Amino acid sequence: MKLNELTAHELLDLLKEKKTTPREILDAVLARIQATDAQIRAYVRLRSNAAAQEFSNGSATPIPIGIKDNICVTGEPATCCSRILEGFKPPYDATVIQKLKESGAYLIGSTNMDEFAFGSSTENSCYGPTRNPWNKDCVPGGSSGGSAAAVAAREAIWALGSDTGGSIRQPASFCGVVGLKPTYGRVSRYGLIAFASSLDQIGPITRDVEDCALLLGIIAGYDERDSTSADLPVPDYTRALVNDVKGLKIGIPGEYFVEGIDPQVRAAIGAAIEVLKQRGATFHEISLPHTEYAIAAYYIVATAEASSNLARYDGVQYGLRRQPAGTRKTPLVDMYEETRDAGLGNEAKRRIMLGTYSLSSGYYDDYYLKGLKVRTLIKQDFDKAFLKLDAIITPTAPTTAFKIGEKADNPLSMYLSDVYTISANLSGIPAISIPCGFSKERLPIGLQILAKPFDEAMLFRIAYTYEQNTPWHKERVSL
Amino acid sequence: MTKSARNITKEDVLYIASLSRIHLRGEEVERLTKDLEGILQYVHKLEKLDVRAVEPTSHVLPLTNVYREDEAKPSLAQAEVMKVAAAAHNGFFKVPKVI
Amino acid sequence: MSQTVQQKYETVIGLEVHLQLSTRTKIFCGCANVFGREPNTQTCPVCLGLPGTLPVLNKMALEYALKIAIALDCQINSVIKFDRKNYYYPDLPKGYQISQYDKPVAYDGHVWMTGADGQERKINIKRAHLEEDAGKLIHDERANCSLVDYNRTGTPLLEIVSEPELRSPQEAYDYLQALKLTLEYLRVSDCDMEKGSLRCDANVSIREAGAKTFGTKTELKNMNSFKAVRTALEFEEKRQREAAASGGRVIQETRLWSEEKGITIAMRSKEEAHDYRYFPEPDLVPFDIDEALIEELRRSIPELPRQKFERFTGEYRLSGYDARIIVADQHIAHFFEACAKLYADTKKICNWLNGPLLQELNARKMGFSGIKITPEDLIAIMRKVDQSELSNLAAKETLKQVLDTGKDVASVIRDAGLAQVSDSPALEGIVDELIHEHQTVVGQIREGKASAIGFLVGQAMRKSQGKANPKMIGEIIQRKLSGKSNA
Repeated sequence: MKLNELTAHELLDLLKEKKTTPREILDAVLARIQATDAQIRAYVRLRSNAAAQEFSNGSATPIPIGIKDNICVTGEPATCCSRILEGFKPPYDATVIQKLKESGAYLIGSTNMDEFAFGSSTENSCYGPTRNPWNKDCVPGGSSGGSAAAVAAREAIWALGSDTGGSIRQPASFCGVVGLKPTYGRVSRYGLIAFASSLDQIGPITRDVEDCALLLGIIAGYDERDSTSADLPVPDYTRALVNDVKGLKIGIPGEYFVEGIDPQVRAAIGAAIEVLKQRGATFHEISLPHTEYAIAAYYIVATAEASSNLARYDGVQYGLRRQPAGTRKTPLVDMYEETRDAGLGNEAKRRIMLGTYSLSSGYYDDYYLKGLKVRTLIKQDFDKAFLKLDAIITPTAPTTAFKIGEKADNPLSMYLSDVYTISANLSGIPAISIPCGFSKERLPIGLQILAKPFDEAMLFRIAYTYEQNTPWHKERVSL
Repeated sequence: MTKSARNITKEDVLYIASLSRIHLRGEEVERLTKDLEGILQYVHKLEKLDVRAVEPTSHVLPLTNVYREDEAKPSLAQAEVMKVAAAAHNGFFKVPKVI
Repeated sequence: MSQTVQQKYETVIGLEVHLQLSTRTKIFCGCANVFGREPNTQTCPVCLGLPGTLPVLNKMALEYALKIAIALDCQINSVIKFDRKNYYYPDLPKGYQISQYDKPVAYDGHVWMTGADGQERKINIKRAHLEEDAGKLIHDERANCSLVDYNRTGTPLLEIVSEPELRSPQEAYDYLQALKLTLEYLRVSDCDMEKGSLRCDANVSIREAGAKTFGTKTELKNMNSFKAVRTALEFEEKRQREAAASGGRVIQETRLWSEEKGITIAMRSKEEAHDYRYFPEPDLVPFDIDEALIEELRRSIPELPRQKFERFTGEYRLSGYDARIIVADQHIAHFFEACAKLYADTKKICNWLNGPLLQELNARKMGFSGIKITPEDLIAIMRKVDQSELSNLAAKETLKQVLDTGKDVASVIRDAGLAQVSDSPALEGIVDELIHEHQTVVGQIREGKASAIGFLVGQAMRKSQGKANPKMIGEIIQRKLSGKSNA
């Protein structure tokens, strides 16, 4: 088997036994990218100095990793796949990048994404769409579609994504890989180019649950540069990898299995529940009564924060700058408006406008404040449920990957596809998506597990048990 | 909700665009008005909820008092700063005349 | 302006003071908080607002703000939070300013000020909130562009907003003096308007005397000194009264004070109303301000001007006039107290401090901090005068030289030969010369015109370059001219 086909933990075993070298692993990954990425377009940019990369012997985890294009690496472009950040090279590493570099990781390059993570399909990228490795007519999901596709296509051993409303889990589901949104505050956001600051988290996208636990262990932890990061010790997540769910109480929220769900998805989740039941978990019908308001609350809160976070892209300091011919208002205002018109895509404009509207004078109480209050209700739903439960299981997405272009003209229908993932961001809890089968069109289906804040170990335990008793993570794309 | 919040007009869209510093071309105004109208209509389902007694959640974690000590860290060199500049002049960022 | 207009209208002024806090580092990053460096050399990814960076609050900035709040007798919010104020300007790198909206550090405080009539008045403080300063814009006329320096970005600012309770430009001036004095005592800011570490905007309106509602206000900006604030307010007050008297209306607008032209000028009207879209800053968590911290800070606050004034007029029996001058500079106050420990006659100390010493410092355009004379030096000089070892004139000369050189009093007197001459034969010789040179005056003295003696004493001081003991000279003159030596 080629090295790029292996998981990180398998490669680490080989390295320990001196059966391979970091160089060989990297070369295998780069060769794969060379061979297949023209079809997939998971990467928007590779690091230029691969040949010169030196691996020190002491490196703990010299595994090549794909990095979403919204995470800052010193001296490398970081554009969020937006024209407006054209030419911007941050003079600093994100905290997760610092940690990865310390572990000896090789940063392969930047993966494609929806512009500023605004989207669920990776179609809103200034570099064009990424294709789903399982079916190239389909989207890989989004916004971390490039990272999920790279991992699925074996063009990266693992990758980092970011998740504001499902941007790690939904593409993981669509691409048949594992994706984790950690508890808000578990992983430092320093160096993650913000979409919605109170919702964003960086997380791993991997081939299996063990890799996910390993990668979270590397990137998690308190960071004095992020006031919202939690000062809690990072447990050894690999110790949670036990094939045992006996006695665990798992909830099934009725609100997640209503109209709009693809029958094949419903069936796959049902089958997954059976697997876990057989391993000794008990399942309980529960209600998360405010679920139907999650999308509305999310799109108010997330876009409001985004409208402010994206105000800095105005042509003054860095990135794109445009000046129209002639004067419309004043030279300065013209520069702002022309730069932002030219540099931002349609979805970005739409969200900035929506967010600006909900914060603007006269609307704040009815929109933004109300969104924050509904957020409280959604969080309380989970708090209440977790008093009696260890975890909750739902589908990750109501459908399998849809066709490229299918939802391009209907922003609302695109927003609605985030229905199952958004609540975890609003309430800050951790959630993982793992492969749980295929549709008859051979598109992957994802199972989402949610747990209490900072109980990622519970997610790993359930996900690992499920994985050990099912074959889905061993399925390979053919490219 | 207030009455004005129910419908978004072209004038609203132009006002928000100007607040957001985005220049909109003719057909963009129409399209965005339609898009935002659709989204806001969906959002109005929140009207069904009575949230008067509910506290807003700005932060999901109950963190408070996260400080740093008043200790200096090195700044970036001017040359390093100017490397990111869209337009530079003698160590300054250059912008169109503001007055 | 006619007398009727003067009486018909009342002026209403509220002031917003932006105070730069003199912490070592900026409010949300570790860049040094310093003034006057090369452009864009005191910046980092955080204060430049580069994508992905996050703010972390400098604890000292909060403590300075709390100290000020305590000193101004403010209510302190038990939970404070930060909010984003969204607007576009090139000096604002993130497109929003981190500020405080509904949970500021403090509210409902007051400043005690003393008017020109010596009466104390209490001016209420509406609120005080922390925020980050913006960068600096320079306008390059030749290149037809503007240039931005972000060194100042992120300097901690406390905005102190007064209630609209000031009724004249002079009151506004007195309020600023009183506020500044308290802030100086706290040592939390340079309070230097020229360097921009203290900035002041003014809201001003007029209304019919006795009216309860407010008139339309204008906001004045761009005043670079307290005097400029007063002058700009005087101009604006007159402008609004004249407009009202002639049936015109005041428009709500921002007006810039032009120091050169001595007028306020309307800023070009905004294309849109301010819509700052405040919302809670998601990158910073709330802060609980507990009683223990407030108590700790309260204990660290030095005696403030008002208490010091009370104490100095009581304990040291200073006149209100003297105490006010001494308290108006904490360095003088410290100096005074050190002197008072060494010398009982506090009135005399005041006369020296508020007289010769301040005159010398003013002549040198020097402040009181870091001066080369010690309280011990001054008292030594005063004692030498008391003991007739120095004449008043020589004492002032000694003071001057100690200020210039920092040498001790004894060696200054010795090196410059300033010691008073009290030895009789030398003085007798001088008097004999004078009697010889000023026959007319001598005649007047003999005729009983006692005041003429003073003239001769003055001449003796001149001859002796101030060193002669004037008392002894007087005695010798009287003795020599008292008839007996007539023959």
